[in-house]
Amino acid sequence: MKCQELLKVLNEYVEGDIDPAVCQELEKHLAGCNPCKVVIDNIRKTISLYKNDQVYELPADFKQRLHKALQDKWKKQGKPPSDKPSGQES
Amino acid sequence: MLHRQHRKHLLTQTTDKELVTQAQAGDYQAFELLVSRHERPLYAAAWHLTHNHHDAQDVIQNAFLSAMEHLASFRQDASFSTWVTRIAVNFALKILRSRRQHPTVSLDAGDEDGQVVPVPQYIADWKNDPAQTVQRRELRAILDDAVSQLPEGQRLVFVLRDVQGLSVRETAQVLDLTEGNVKVRLLRARLALREMLTKRFGDPATRQQPHVHDHASLAGKPLAAGLREPSAEDET
Repeated sequence: MKCQELLKVLNEYVEGDIDPAVCQELEKHLAGCNPCKVVIDNIRKTISLYKNDQVYELPADFKQRLHKALQDKWKKQGKPPSDKPSGQES
Repeated sequence: MLHRQHRKHLLTQTTDKELVTQAQAGDYQAFELLVSRHERPLYAAAWHLTHNHHDAQDVIQNAFLSAMEHLASFRQDASFSTWVTRIAVNFALKILRSRRQHPTVSLDAGDEDGQVVPVPQYIADWKNDPAQTVQRRELRAILDDAVSQLPEGQRLVFVLRDVQGLSVRETAQVLDLTEGNVKVRLLRARLALREMLTKRFGDPATRQQPHVHDHASLAGKPLAAGLREPSAEDET
């Protein structure tokens, strides 16, 4: 396997969804190619950064407005809430 | 109150499919739980697509209101997540179109689906975990800036797959693309983001040159057995 061939199956490799024979070939390449090893590590870190739960939070005031708007529309549509929305139990 | 809490606990263990059925039968709490489950990743996706907080909030609110309105006719052929994401993406695209005053935003524009995978140029180990070393606000700005530089078709695919966490299949359903096409765009998007972020987080002391011996003759070179070149079908 050459570097460019590795790039083409990179998604499948980092997602653990790769044909075992191709995986073996890829890992053989990695054992002798440090640049590819670093690229794969960079890709994993890139994906992980964007998946990080802490980075993107719904603004609290918007969340409140959103749920209020949904509740109001539900009532208007003639489907009254079967219960109070969560967080408003007394 | 006990009854209410017990019911809430039961609902949290219920699948989306069951919650949709309960909501269709008039259970608001079931619908609200669906919203709570999907609002955060959907908001992140909307933010990355619009790059504007007000627009992202409009997208999410309109998407859930629209989902509520059409809930009765939702037959669950796709998952709730795929369905509501498709609605949200349509609202986001509408905003993007109106900004540009273009009649349409093409998902197939430019050379996003070119056959040759771009070769990594800046290869270096990252200095440290960026989430530990950079302030949260700064990290967010860096990530946002990088995504905003992707061509739109790649950005949509990346955001749905890697930010929102849809599968390749679901991403293809939402965007009306083939799964092959999604894979090609995702690969190009991930490589482009890696390049940008490595320039930011890479340690110059560990920088390496790509293996030019392979790269010089890349285009048109046959792949090893078992590897599949993205086909022309994937590009349409």
